[in-house]
Amino acid sequence: MSALTSKVEAVFNEPGCDVNQGKSDKERKKGCAKQLTPGAAAGGCAFDGAKIALQPIVDVAHLVHGPIACEGNSWDNRHAASSGPKLYRTGFTTDIGDLDVVYGGEKRLFRAIREIIEKYDPPAVFVYQTCVTAMIGDDIEAVCKAAAAKFGKPVIPVNAPGFAGSKNLGNKLGGEALLDYVVGTQEPEFTTPYDINIYGEYNLAGELWQVKPLFDALGIRVLANISGDARYSDVARSHRAKAAMMVCSKALINIARKMEERYGIPYFEGSFYGISDTSESLRNIAKLLVQQGAPQELLVRTEALIAQEEARAWARIEPYRARLSGKRVLLITGGVKSWSVVSALQEIGIEVMGTSTKKSTKEDKARIKEIMGDESHMFDDLPPREMYRILKNSEADIMLSGGRSQFVALKAKTPWMDINQERHHAYAGYEGMVELMKQIDLLIYNPIWEQVRRPAPWEEL
Amino acid sequence: MATVTHNKKACAVNPLKMSAPIGAALAFLGLDKCLPLMHGSQGCTAFGLVLFVRHFRETIPLQTTAMNEVTTILGGLDNLEQAILNIYNRARPEVIGICSTGLTETKGDDVDGYLKLIRKRHPELGDTALVYVSTPDYQGAFQDGWGKASTRILTTLCEPRPRTAWQVNVLPGCHLTVADIEEIREIIESFGLYPIIAPDLSGSLDGHIPETFLPTTLGGASVEKIRSMGGSAITIAIGEQMRWAAEALQEKTGVPYRLFDRLTGLAANDEFLHLLSEIAKDEIPLKYRRQRSQLVDAMLDAHFYCGGKKVAIGAEPDLLWQIGSLLTDLGCEIEAAVTTTHSVLLERMTTEEVLIGDLEDLEQRAAGCDLMVTHSHGRQAAERLGIPFLRMGIPMFDRLGAAHKLSVGYRGTRDLVFEVGNIFLDNLHENDPDSWPLPPENDHAQAETHH
Repeated sequence: MSALTSKVEAVFNEPGCDVNQGKSDKERKKGCAKQLTPGAAAGGCAFDGAKIALQPIVDVAHLVHGPIACEGNSWDNRHAASSGPKLYRTGFTTDIGDLDVVYGGEKRLFRAIREIIEKYDPPAVFVYQTCVTAMIGDDIEAVCKAAAAKFGKPVIPVNAPGFAGSKNLGNKLGGEALLDYVVGTQEPEFTTPYDINIYGEYNLAGELWQVKPLFDALGIRVLANISGDARYSDVARSHRAKAAMMVCSKALINIARKMEERYGIPYFEGSFYGISDTSESLRNIAKLLVQQGAPQELLVRTEALIAQEEARAWARIEPYRARLSGKRVLLITGGVKSWSVVSALQEIGIEVMGTSTKKSTKEDKARIKEIMGDESHMFDDLPPREMYRILKNSEADIMLSGGRSQFVALKAKTPWMDINQERHHAYAGYEGMVELMKQIDLLIYNPIWEQVRRPAPWEEL
Repeated sequence: MATVTHNKKACAVNPLKMSAPIGAALAFLGLDKCLPLMHGSQGCTAFGLVLFVRHFRETIPLQTTAMNEVTTILGGLDNLEQAILNIYNRARPEVIGICSTGLTETKGDDVDGYLKLIRKRHPELGDTALVYVSTPDYQGAFQDGWGKASTRILTTLCEPRPRTAWQVNVLPGCHLTVADIEEIREIIESFGLYPIIAPDLSGSLDGHIPETFLPTTLGGASVEKIRSMGGSAITIAIGEQMRWAAEALQEKTGVPYRLFDRLTGLAANDEFLHLLSEIAKDEIPLKYRRQRSQLVDAMLDAHFYCGGKKVAIGAEPDLLWQIGSLLTDLGCEIEAAVTTTHSVLLERMTTEEVLIGDLEDLEQRAAGCDLMVTHSHGRQAAERLGIPFLRMGIPMFDRLGAAHKLSVGYRGTRDLVFEVGNIFLDNLHENDPDSWPLPPENDHAQAETHH
């Protein structure tokens, strides 16, 4: 377990993270994981996080080494979309039994890898460690190494057992596996001055495809999107990109920083949620590429596209302005999405009556404060009971949150919109904001609200 | 008679099976004012929670002891203690249902011992019931977890009580939906009997709109009701997974039991209603005589389309038995049967082989079948094979109203017969000019062109 421990420590000591840099040596040693409270904790484990980060690589087999719970209870539950191969949607697990726990599961794991390669012949197999197999001492690195040598195919160990920590830590450990075993193992057929990487975009509901046409229009090539709709070879060749963008807060910040350190690929942190954020991100990509040697004229073309697309988006959003202006939104989400969505909503006159900042960094909070004017509407932790009270008292017209709190809103007979991983709608880029307004409008103005809120005749006073 | 085999694969592909701990957690969700607590890492709980939220489309109260690497090695007493106290202080539940996981079982946490210690240290917990069930992830499947938890709920809470002649215990397996349980309750009540159902998902996960927000389950079997089960006239267990629970209850309280391996199908319901009329010493209500006759008619109408149809079923043993037997009753042939865990029912199936395996096994065996029956994870396989697909079991995340799908009683069986019959009707084979070719050696025209 020492390899894992040192990996976890290294991930926690992230020089690219400003929060981490602001800490004393002593604080830094403790790591950045908030201590979980037994009996009052929510959220996934490190294995879950690693799987979220890597499973969107669509052409590889994702094999979970552990008892049935880890894969059997969780497979096929996200909507990371693929433009081609579907193998990532197949659930593979060693489903270990009590005999494996007693005698060790390494042989079973090796045979499992063989079966997958013989039956499905993927470009690579990713093997995920879990709590029980970590505890009994199964050395997945060694098994993967032996299997790779035997079958002549990359077999990548992902050492992020659930009990190592939170989902966020798991994201980073997943990223480490790519850095250690995948990135730089293949060469692209050709490169251009316009090659970029994107880190932390999982193509949920196909969101990547809402922004890819913008890149295409500018002649920018996404060499690797890590990891939505990615192919194994994309990731393997990603070290030849000229610049990169990191999205989804800091989930894959370790990839971003190490790619810069090792291969000189500069990155910036940006977002595709919100109109001005999208424009800002396009500007930054263009700027970085030019800085890296792309022709200056890219900047001009980028500004022209931004002007066109912003105007087109606003024209399409305009019909909603009158209908949505003055509506009050309760926004429950973590990190980067909060501030970027807040500004987008405000741009058309929607009032954000409150937002959660549970997962936000200090910077995020400062920005929300800047956008919202004061701190009075920022909740660090909004317990469901309080959330229910706010909605029941009609202090908000709609709640935007993840699936977990969906029923708090629905039981309070208040419109609710899914903006988390399980969502079916895509909200990225200019297209995404138009879609977001359309969905909010559809939800708020659905005729059911009046019907379901009306008490039964015998209940009327 | 079927041969029961185990697939020899090292790698399960597209799992059919889910883990025992979340089966146990679901049983706890059938208790009123309960908060299930999984003793493991937070992912164990998160995965179960997401799964149930997607299936029931309801808030799911489910907590975790949030074990990490260090606490696992040192033992989980502190985490368990903190979790119980936090839950007690925040939610004040009547019951905390604790299930172990692979993680804490591999370590060997003595949870029974921990609970004694915690009780002693914290008298403030008072009469908050603590029910513990051992469910290592690497043993058994979902229905085993449900069965074990039900057993522990009864043995922990029930005591012998004076008998009430009209009081009937009902122990439903996890293959029964909210609608199934409601139907069973209604049937029993119509005989003037008083059913006590445990676990009872029809109270807690039926999708009602509560007037206030609670951090625990709201509805389901209350501790008080469960305690009174020791004084019932009889226990009716539904599904082999409930045999342990029924036996344990009998042993502890002397309440005799009768086990129904299914309540889907004509004969099964005849027996069920006959038993109820004996307990109630009353006639079969007119309503059910009429429903019986509707079911008979439904079978007559449907048999034209069901006879000889080849079906592939992937389900946990009790559900496999329930739906498989009904399809056999209608003249279908079970071409493939895949299940998750052992059960005495498996070899009684009318098919050649029952395989303990996964959805890849089912997909391979289902090629050429007229129908595939399994939970929602089978949709990709059915699509690849291009065969009709009937969703049954948990999880059913791509359908609304999964909890309200009825398949027990005369009425539920009737509706299911129609549903299956309609699928076959939709896919009737159309004949074309080349439907009946002669064998090549008898085909003289073809033979001549070759000369």
